[in-house]
Amino acid sequence: MSGYFEGVLVLLAINVVFAYGAYLPLAAGQLNLGIAGFAAVGAYGSAYLSDTFAIHPILAIPIGAMFAGLIALLVAVPVLRTRGIYLALATFAVGQIVRAAILNLEFLGGAAGYPVSAFVGLPVVLGFALAVIVVVMVLFATRFGIALRAVQDDERVADLMGVEVRGFQMAAFILGAAVAGIGGGLYAHHFSYIEAQYFNIGLSISIVLYVLLGGTQTAWGPLIGATVFTLLPELLRGSASLRYVVFAAGVIVLMALRPQGLLTRATIQRLFDWRNPPIPGVPMASGRGQ
Amino acid sequence: MTDTSILRLDCIHKNFGGVNVIDDLSFEVQRGSRTALIGPNGAGKTTVFNLISGVFFPDSGSIFVGENDITGIKSGTRIRHGIARTFQNVRLMPHLSTLENVILGQHSRNRGWLGALQPVNLLPGNRWCEEARAGLADAGLGDYERASVGSLPYGVQRRIELVRALMAQPKLLLLDEPAAGLNAAETEELQIHLFKLCQSGDLTLLVVEHDMHFVGALCEAAVVLSFGRKIAEGTPDAVRDNPDVQEVYLGKSASPVSAASEKKEGDRASQRA
Repeated sequence: MSGYFEGVLVLLAINVVFAYGAYLPLAAGQLNLGIAGFAAVGAYGSAYLSDTFAIHPILAIPIGAMFAGLIALLVAVPVLRTRGIYLALATFAVGQIVRAAILNLEFLGGAAGYPVSAFVGLPVVLGFALAVIVVVMVLFATRFGIALRAVQDDERVADLMGVEVRGFQMAAFILGAAVAGIGGGLYAHHFSYIEAQYFNIGLSISIVLYVLLGGTQTAWGPLIGATVFTLLPELLRGSASLRYVVFAAGVIVLMALRPQGLLTRATIQRLFDWRNPPIPGVPMASGRGQ
Repeated sequence: MTDTSILRLDCIHKNFGGVNVIDDLSFEVQRGSRTALIGPNGAGKTTVFNLISGVFFPDSGSIFVGENDITGIKSGTRIRHGIARTFQNVRLMPHLSTLENVILGQHSRNRGWLGALQPVNLLPGNRWCEEARAGLADAGLGDYERASVGSLPYGVQRRIELVRALMAQPKLLLLDEPAAGLNAAETEELQIHLFKLCQSGDLTLLVVEHDMHFVGALCEAAVVLSFGRKIAEGTPDAVRDNPDVQEVYLGKSASPVSAASEKKEGDRASQRA
């Protein structure tokens, strides 16, 4: 396998993990723009553990993810009091605080960045990514996953159904942060060097874009979104400096044509339900205008 | 209170921005009955539902379910006291399939995080999933299991909402205009279906409905509201003949009863002259 191909695959796997980190709270209707901050906590946490205490990365990465989850638990109470655009701003602020804190912590290298000596290769990265995908997929077939999406659709009705709205929102937020932390840990141990500047708002926005463009209706959306939008810039590499212009134009066109994301429930129905003919008199849901 | 009542509203007041939406309202719903809550638009019927299900708290007064005072209980836990409801505008979850919407209806019967983490919709054969599928099949909705609810016809969405509400196994089911937007055949089908549901006597219905024919066919009791006050109570037929009820629906002069009494008074006045 060529080094280039391997590099793309690692990037893809890490982006998929990040995307699921953003998807969990988004599925409950929360836009988390601090996702890069939680990824940073996972990255620095696991790197510090593997460097200082010589803990194997395969163990250090989940522990780093737990740090990210813990930070999320601490900020969840004040942050989740806000909603909508204010929640997005509050999580953005959390991400900025994490970044600023790392820049000023000498034992984490400050602005000079943090070299990571332990290394994980492609198989470990893929293994973690696969585990995250499976866990989230199973989670969305549970009552928890169903209730999360119900909270996003109609908080009031979900509450009347007996769904513990606040508890479920907090769980999604914390779990999402932990998943982002796994992504951060993988990044740190594969690229052997991390700096606070990498975990900026731009990263958060790209991750959220993967999810929104992939589609939030099903748990497949983040996977598709992260895949397409990691590979597309690579495929456009031929057009050199224009590739991000083409990419951005593609994003806008996609948003106009498929506002619900690339993969909607109706698309899946069409793709996989070929055995069952469409119900007469029932229009198939299109991705538009729902 | 009588031990046969499942729901009792006691001197309920509710005020929105200085307007008395519900004004000293008291009524009882008998256990196992099918009771209608009727009244002109803006009478406060849906507000009564919102007070019972806990969307709003009353300014004063109490609400009892059976023996329990639920006045101060949060909306999220009222379903565990056996109160389920449907909504005037169908409120299914567009991000969930039909089957998932119905599974959501079981949520209140499931306690704790372990139960919530059971993959109910992953492999066929799960107890909860099969129950939800059976519920849909019973209502003749088996074909729609995996459909996107947003794409389904309005009448089908209403029926799914009813199945979802029943999944909580409620003792008291609040139906907010269940026949609105249904055609005559669908309305009749719904009325027969609701009647069957109540046959065992475990389920009590409180129905907000404008279709008096539907109310007459389904319900044995009716409470009439106008401007947040109870103006009549009794069997649907008795309520229909009540002059006060005719007045709020048809206006004073158009009411044959009040017109007749006015005429009598007019006659007496002319005799005196």
